[in-house]
Amino acid sequence: MHIAVLVKQVPDSEATVQVKADGSGVEIEDRYTLNFFDSLAVEEALRIKGQGGDVVVTIITLGGQKGVEALRTGLAMGADQAVLLDDPAFAGGDEYATAMVLAAALKGMQVDMILCGKEAFDDSSGVVGPLVAEFLSMPSVTSVVKIQLAPDKGSALIEREIEGGKEVIKVSLPVLLSAQKGLNEARVPPVMGVMKAMRAEIKKLDLAAIGLPATVVGRAGSKEEILRYHRHPQRPAVTMLQGEAADIVRQVVGLLKEEAKVI
Amino acid sequence: MAGAVWVFAEHQEGKIRKTSLELLGKGRQVAGEVGAPLIAMLLGSGVDALAQELTTYADTVYHWDDPAVALYNSEIYCQIIAELAHKEQPQIFLAGATFLARDLFPRLAGRLKTGIAVDCLNLELEEDGLLVARRPLFGGKALADVVCRQGRPQIALVRPNTFSLPDAQGPAHGTVVRLPVGVDPAHVKIQVLEVSRPPKERLDLTEAEVIVTGGRGMKAAENFRLLEELADVLNATVGATRGVVDSGWRPHGDQVGKSGKTVSPKLYFAVGVSGAIHHVMGMDTSKVVVAINKDVQAPIFQYADYGVVGDLFEVLPLLTKEMKQGTGKG
Ligand SMILES: Cc1cc2nc3c(=O)[nH]c(=O)nc-3n(C[C@H](O)[C@H](O)[C@H](O)COP(=O)(O)OP(=O)(O)OC[C@H]3O[C@@H](n4cnc5c(N)ncnc54)[C@H](O)[C@@H]3O)c2cc1C
Ligand SMILES: Nc1ncnc2c1ncn2[C@@H]1O[C@H](COP(=O)(O)O)[C@@H](O)[C@H]1O
Repeated sequence: MHIAVLVKQVPDSEATVQVKADGSGVEIEDRYTLNFFDSLAVEEALRIKGQGGDVVVTIITLGGQKGVEALRTGLAMGADQAVLLDDPAFAGGDEYATAMVLAAALKGMQVDMILCGKEAFDDSSGVVGPLVAEFLSMPSVTSVVKIQLAPDKGSALIEREIEGGKEVIKVSLPVLLSAQKGLNEARVPPVMGVMKAMRAEIKKLDLAAIGLPATVVGRAGSKEEILRYHRHPQRPAVTMLQGEAADIVRQVVGLLKEEAKVI
Repeated sequence: MAGAVWVFAEHQEGKIRKTSLELLGKGRQVAGEVGAPLIAMLLGSGVDALAQELTTYADTVYHWDDPAVALYNSEIYCQIIAELAHKEQPQIFLAGATFLARDLFPRLAGRLKTGIAVDCLNLELEEDGLLVARRPLFGGKALADVVCRQGRPQIALVRPNTFSLPDAQGPAHGTVVRLPVGVDPAHVKIQVLEVSRPPKERLDLTEAEVIVTGGRGMKAAENFRLLEELADVLNATVGATRGVVDSGWRPHGDQVGKSGKTVSPKLYFAVGVSGAIHHVMGMDTSKVVVAINKDVQAPIFQYADYGVVGDLFEVLPLLTKEMKQGTGKG
């Protein structure tokens, strides 16, 4: 069985992000990490491998040097091999163009299952995974919190989160599943794993290798265009209430009624 | 004539979801501006009454009425909607950013070879009918205005509670068009076996107007009773931080934050919550925030409108009592 995991290196949640004064772009502090949901996806692939049988876990990313870091983290956790999709032509692509490249690369890999994150911390779209599945004509299930593979590995029982509950779905393989919090707890890469990952060979694929025309990748192949960036609107300064509890409670209820007019 | 404006009408337990109504209101405005009809998409079995209800908002209601679409199935839904979109070429397609829509619409975008903007916080039209969608990036640290120049329809999924509900329903003016569901089951690889949603009196966090969230300062699962009591008075939904969920005090579905739910209520209480950035990213578009914390230095106060410095075990019962009196429920 071959499981591919889509991973992305994203700015850490604590990294500062500054919108340029003219709104033309953002400046991101150089603190990056493997996308949280992708770490759950890697963990799940390793969990399935751990159940026995002949399972190969390949992690794959589209990205430059930052992408290599995501791959090394996945390898350190225990993935078998890593693929980096890197080419100047891929630059500036939106989710659509990214999925196009990932799907083209996955086409030749004979995968039985693709795992990805529910969404990337940077764009919070959750679009790349289902698009990859669509381009590969395979079913997809998002926000997955449980995966139970049938003994013959031809299908799986999936639980996915929905508002206030869950859905139980039976799906045939190959399938793409996106990992939601609750699926598992990602392991911390063991020191031995980290050492091994540093030396591991990373396979690189460029535009020519995946056989797509330059017109369908990167900025040229994108559907969405960012016109401008804005700062998050600032909340007015906080009104602090201190003192006798009964007093401040009365004050806050008064303010919510008279000033904020929300109750 | 340019294509229509479509709105996906999601329903749950015999009711059109609030977020869909919000989008029907916004869709009406957008349709007016581009001079196109507003069409509601309804899939479901035994929901004729909802089709009728939708005619008060939309000019046309497309209703697929068939047991095959009684439960959401991404493959069936995608196939039948894509087929109609190919035929009718809508210019804009709006939906609430729900679990269903976030599962379905990315695939639909792929099939229709068009773009999609998810979790939008605003929509505006340029003169040429180009839809400018405002989306949060980096957990809301930046916002981006995005447009889709290549491909139609322009798809936008909007964060629930972003637009207000349309004005009180007018008289029914639209027509219902029933459409057959022609899906070959052999091509369907997904089977939905069960949808379990424990009955709840409260709205889901994503749609709630008022949320009272407890953090690790609540100390134990049973203390959430104090928050439940406040929630009762305010008709609110109870949320939790990751610290609380990971301690097993509340279920995963209650988590607010970057790795939980993104919420946008009118009023948000953060009680015994420190205000870690991961949490703030999930609640910072709340209109009014009240923080209750005994530590005057807690970062949550930077993201609040009103900061109550005090011991939550003392403050909460008093607050519930005061709210009861203040809102006439006492
Ligand atoms: C990748 C990643 C994703 C994450 N995603 C999320 C997420 O989605 N949501 C989320 O919430 N967190 C998330 N976190 C965790 C986050 O970083 C914080 O650890 C968490 O939010 C802290 O929870 P807390 O505020 O309940 O607890 P604490 O930080 O322990 O804060 C407890 C607060 O309660 C106050 N307090 C204690 N006793 C009292 C009392 N008697 N009266 C009044 N106040 C009192 C304290 O002063 C303190 O400020 C994530 C972390 C990571 C690394
Ligand atoms: N550049 C990329 N390379 C590999 N996988 C990606 C990339 N971008 C997104 N993904 C995967 O798709 C998921 C959803 O991303 P997004 O649609 O950007 O929110 C992520 O959690 C990853 O698993």
